[in-house]
Amino acid sequence: MTKVYVSSVIPAPAAEVWKLVRNFNALPSWAPFVAESRIEQSAQADQIGCIRSFTLKDGGRIRERLLALSDYDLSCSYAILESPMAVENYVATLSLTPITDGNLTLAEWQAEFDCAPDREAALMHQIGNGVFQTALSALKHRFGR
Amino acid sequence: MVKVCQSTIIEAPVDEVWAILRDFNGHDRWHPAIAFSEIEGGEPVDVVGAVRHFRLNDGGELREQLLALSDRDRRLSYCLLEAPLPLMGYVASIRLKPVTDGNATFWEWRSEFQPPAHRRDELVRLVTEDIYQAGFAAVRNLLKRRSVGSPVETRPPQAIVAPTPPINMPHAPSRIAPGQTATTAAIVVERYGGPEELRLRDIELPPLAPNEVRIRHTVIGVNFIDVYCRTGFFDLLKPPGVPGMEAAGIIEAVGSAVSGFSAGDRVAYACPPVGAYSERRNMAPELLVHLADDITDEIAAAGLLKGVSASFLLHDVHAVKPGEIVLIHAAAGGIGQLLVQWARHLGATVIATVSSDDKARTVERLGAHHVIVYSRENFADAVMRLTGGRGADVAYDAVGNDTFAGSLAALAVRGHLVSFGQASGPIGNWDIGRFASKSLTISRPNYAHFTDTPEKLEPHVARFFQALRQGVVKVEAPTRYGLADAANAHRDLESRRTTGALVLMPRP
Repeated sequence: MTKVYVSSVIPAPAAEVWKLVRNFNALPSWAPFVAESRIEQSAQADQIGCIRSFTLKDGGRIRERLLALSDYDLSCSYAILESPMAVENYVATLSLTPITDGNLTLAEWQAEFDCAPDREAALMHQIGNGVFQTALSALKHRFGR
Repeated sequence: MVKVCQSTIIEAPVDEVWAILRDFNGHDRWHPAIAFSEIEGGEPVDVVGAVRHFRLNDGGELREQLLALSDRDRRLSYCLLEAPLPLMGYVASIRLKPVTDGNATFWEWRSEFQPPAHRRDELVRLVTEDIYQAGFAAVRNLLKRRSVGSPVETRPPQAIVAPTPPINMPHAPSRIAPGQTATTAAIVVERYGGPEELRLRDIELPPLAPNEVRIRHTVIGVNFIDVYCRTGFFDLLKPPGVPGMEAAGIIEAVGSAVSGFSAGDRVAYACPPVGAYSERRNMAPELLVHLADDITDEIAAAGLLKGVSASFLLHDVHAVKPGEIVLIHAAAGGIGQLLVQWARHLGATVIATVSSDDKARTVERLGAHHVIVYSRENFADAVMRLTGGRGADVAYDAVGNDTFAGSLAALAVRGHLVSFGQASGPIGNWDIGRFASKSLTISRPNYAHFTDTPEKLEPHVARFFQALRQGVVKVEAPTRYGLADAANAHRDLESRRTTGALVLMPRP
């Protein structure tokens, strides 16, 4: 099992950041590499089990299932159903924690997955830097004062 | 039940912050409210169930018990057992997380307790501001002092055992080399942190260079400098690397350009570069010492670095004269024991400080004229009382933060403070103008500056071995640990519960 962890400090209160990221269908509005997204079968975007199907700006298509969403912990977990990346058993969690000193937010994004051993380093870099940290940087920028 | 949760971002790597916070007894070194702390019964600081007994600056005494500690999650929790305030049912936890863009740390401190209703707001504010927020600021300042330095506090804090960084630092290779390349078992620090970062691994042993010898270690010395290397307090070790600066052993092979040493020679050393925590190593022979038949490997490994240090502290940094009054802190420790015996032999009156009654008995046996248990008694007052108000001519202080102010106060007019370590934390900033009130002298010796060439080192080695032979100093049998057990040796050393020297035994 390979694990990836990234984190970042977002210059806004956690409740405000959560309003944006709790929407499982909202990736195109803040993740710079996502072109468009829809929730399959007209489900609600906060319904556990719903599936988002989104297209990357490079054309790749990904389907992910929402596994958990907690408005108490400010966290959501999801699994990849289909993607161009050769990963299996991929489960990721995005969570927010308030930083009381300055009313900021710690955003953490982590994933676990299985993959071919020779692909591990490249995938960790691609997911950790290319996806998670890039998206958190965008979030940081968006709330930047 | 009220809940308090405070969190902040500290601009330092998470392992560095964790190394400070995981020490359950270390809060008196950074939290401004705490004057003194000790672990009851001499338990290691990171054992679940350990109880810390501490005193606040205002005199209040508290006891708190460690309920959980996880180095993996960088999390610990504890509860209050006794306190002067009604913080009933107080359970607190601390957790750290890395911030991966940049190199910062998220630190959350939360607790629950049940205050009496009429004192609720007051107690919540006390915990929030005076404990948690003040603690955040204190750790931030501690790290800033370490990294930025100031005219008084050096960077890295220089200690007697803080040689200048060596040029060719041995690095553990990232993987075991294939084929016929030799390997050796060694303790590798992959990243700065707690004792758990000391892990046994097989590492590559590079081919012998013409100007090197290969040593098979028989006994390896453990010193406080190794702790500073492990935590990153000194940058003598760059991870991944092998710590350790003292060992005895047998020469296995000699490079073509080496003279004066042959295979089979018994040798010892006490010098950089780091790398002694290993079964075998290659090394330049300049600072190696031949061992005579009457000096055992164990005594050499347990005593050489400390003996050489004691030699220059007592003869060069301050030349102790008959009739002088000498104050020695941490007198039951490895170097403290040597200082006590040797200073007495030089004709001085020896006043020793220790942290417990057991240690007091040890130090009395070694010949100290007076022993002060500093956890029970203000040692500066005691020194003044014992000397009829005169004070000590010289104070040897490797404790640092906890004792520096008291050492100044315990000195006589024209007294000399030799500050050669900071086992309890850096000494902070001092205005030297105030030293004029007693015309004090301060020294901050650096081990390397007294030992980095054969010409400088040799007289100290000869003097130490001579002192051993004549029975001027005795090195008691050290406490032994297996090489693989280095982490426990560090835990014991840091918990302040050891007396005498600690050594690691590689596999025979």
